[in-house]
Amino acid sequence: MCIIRVERLQKRFKSIVAVDNVSFGVEKGEIFGFLGPNGAGKTTTIRMLTGLLTPDSGDVFIDGIDMRQSPIIAKMKMGVIPEMGNVYVDLTAKQNIILSGKFYGISRGELDRIADDLLDRFELSERRDDLVKNFSKGMKQRVNIASAIVHSPEILFLDEPTSGLDVQSQRLIKDIIKEMNQTGTTIFLTTHNIEEANILCDRVGIINRGKIAAIDTPERLKRAFEETQSVEISFDKPIDGSLIEESKMVSRVEKRGDKWKLYTDNPDKLVKYLAEFAQDRDLAFTSMEICGASLEDAFMKLTEVRERAS
Amino acid sequence: MQAENLNSQFLRGIMVVTEKNIQIYYTKPPIIIFGLLFPLFMFLAFYLGKELDFQIFFPRLLAMFLFFIASSVGPLITPWEKQAGTYERLLSFPVNINTIILGDSAAGMIFGIMINLVVLAAGLIFLNYNLNILFLIAGTLLGALCFSSLGVLLASPSVPNPSYIMMLSSLIRFPLIFISGIFIPIENLHGIGRILTYFSPITYLVDIFNYSFTSQSHISIIIDFTTLLIFSLIFICGANKLHKRNLMKGL
Ligand SMILES: Nc1ncnc2c1ncn2[C@@H]1O[C@H](COP(=O)(O)OP(=O)(O)OP(=O)(O)O)[C@@H](O)[C@H]1O
Ligand SMILES: [Mg+2]
Repeated sequence: MCIIRVERLQKRFKSIVAVDNVSFGVEKGEIFGFLGPNGAGKTTTIRMLTGLLTPDSGDVFIDGIDMRQSPIIAKMKMGVIPEMGNVYVDLTAKQNIILSGKFYGISRGELDRIADDLLDRFELSERRDDLVKNFSKGMKQRVNIASAIVHSPEILFLDEPTSGLDVQSQRLIKDIIKEMNQTGTTIFLTTHNIEEANILCDRVGIINRGKIAAIDTPERLKRAFEETQSVEISFDKPIDGSLIEESKMVSRVEKRGDKWKLYTDNPDKLVKYLAEFAQDRDLAFTSMEICGASLEDAFMKLTEVRERAS
Repeated sequence: MQAENLNSQFLRGIMVVTEKNIQIYYTKPPIIIFGLLFPLFMFLAFYLGKELDFQIFFPRLLAMFLFFIASSVGPLITPWEKQAGTYERLLSFPVNINTIILGDSAAGMIFGIMINLVVLAAGLIFLNYNLNILFLIAGTLLGALCFSSLGVLLASPSVPNPSYIMMLSSLIRFPLIFISGIFIPIENLHGIGRILTYFSPITYLVDIFNYSFTSQSHISIIIDFTTLLIFSLIFICGANKLHKRNLMKGL
């Protein structure tokens, strides 16, 4: 049974359809990633899943509980780390965790013990009684996550949990996510970082302009993503594009003025091949550029595939 | 989960929100300035200008303090939390908008009552009354609820900066003081001035306090309590509607 079930979810803000007929399910124990560029509708979706926004239409079920009918009971089961969310800077790290625990009715004695454990785990023990005001961004985010898991939630929602943090904080947070997951917590996270989705997630849903373009394992999505890498090249003499296509090293060839844009999943190999190609035909390069994979291109590609299929 | 559990979760939520507000907001400068210093200066300005019979003025002074302090907490909290980014977190706890409104209101009530006790104790050292304790307590509680909910209602518009709400709340709170029976007793007012006093909830509390201290009431103690209750309900329902509408605005 799906622990998160979303059916035909829709939300519009005036003229913008932020989330457009989105349906999916997340299995118990899964790490599910929601990947999409800025403005794709990730935050809007997570806000509807966590009961902060009411959908215009469609339903959300958390562990079988209808979010519309029993939001408080559903919220007891979840921990939420909002994108812009912040802990109270006028409280200490420990006070923040304890405040959070009180909302879930954890007794004072137990809460004290849990808070100390969490502070240890998040490497905040030494700063437990310092005001969060004086913390770095990464430390604030750690307090934020510690406060959100104080009641050992069944589901943890994280909206871009690592964006804007240094590598060390990022790693710590990823470790905690994996650890939580190993002890049975279902994780729903959003990101616009494909690498992060790849490392963490069992399944990834790709959202673009409010619509789900694909839901798949990260490996398969990564392949689609890699195919959007390209080499842009121009020679001093006109050439026949089909010659390059025959090499089987490119997935697609586009001519843009005197430039060729060659899509490939392995730009390094292609460049080496092109060097030989030019040598054999006595061509000179006038320009060459390797263009990295673009998330935007990958989304477009996946969206196209889906639209063609339907 | 049964309804009973939900109710206890609701009450717990209100208590935790109240506790959080007390911990964080009681020491914020705007509360000290708009809640404590303003009524003090207003009183001094008024007092120094005239020969005043303190014995008669004291109940009105008490009402003014309760009004200013209880209504100064609410306008601060939500705008502040929206700006600091804590509001969205707060909403993700197992609470709803009513939990937050009542918790904010309770924080204003408690602050108002606390300071009022201090002012009352100071007054009773110098002045001698034959107090009607029951009406004094009931009036203080209901007045505190009414004024603190007004404060929460004033916090509902979504603004780019919390100081806008501070301005708005002053713009509304001062006229309510001036049209109430605090500075000019209601019995000395006639015509339009008198009618206006009936629009200020403070008028009714002044009447309750007058009655509690001097056994003299110019309206009717039953009407006073009923009207304050109606005002409170209007403020709480209004706060619920507007806060809900502006829930995700200004995050
Ligand atoms: N409260 C709101 N009022 C009006 N429009 C909104 C509101 N919230 C979101 N939107 C719009 O809805 C669309 C989706 O926004 P959303 O914040 O869900 O995107 P996102 O995927 O989280 O983006 P990001 O990666 O930048 O966080 C955007 O076009 C945004 O401008
Ligand atoms: Mg977002």
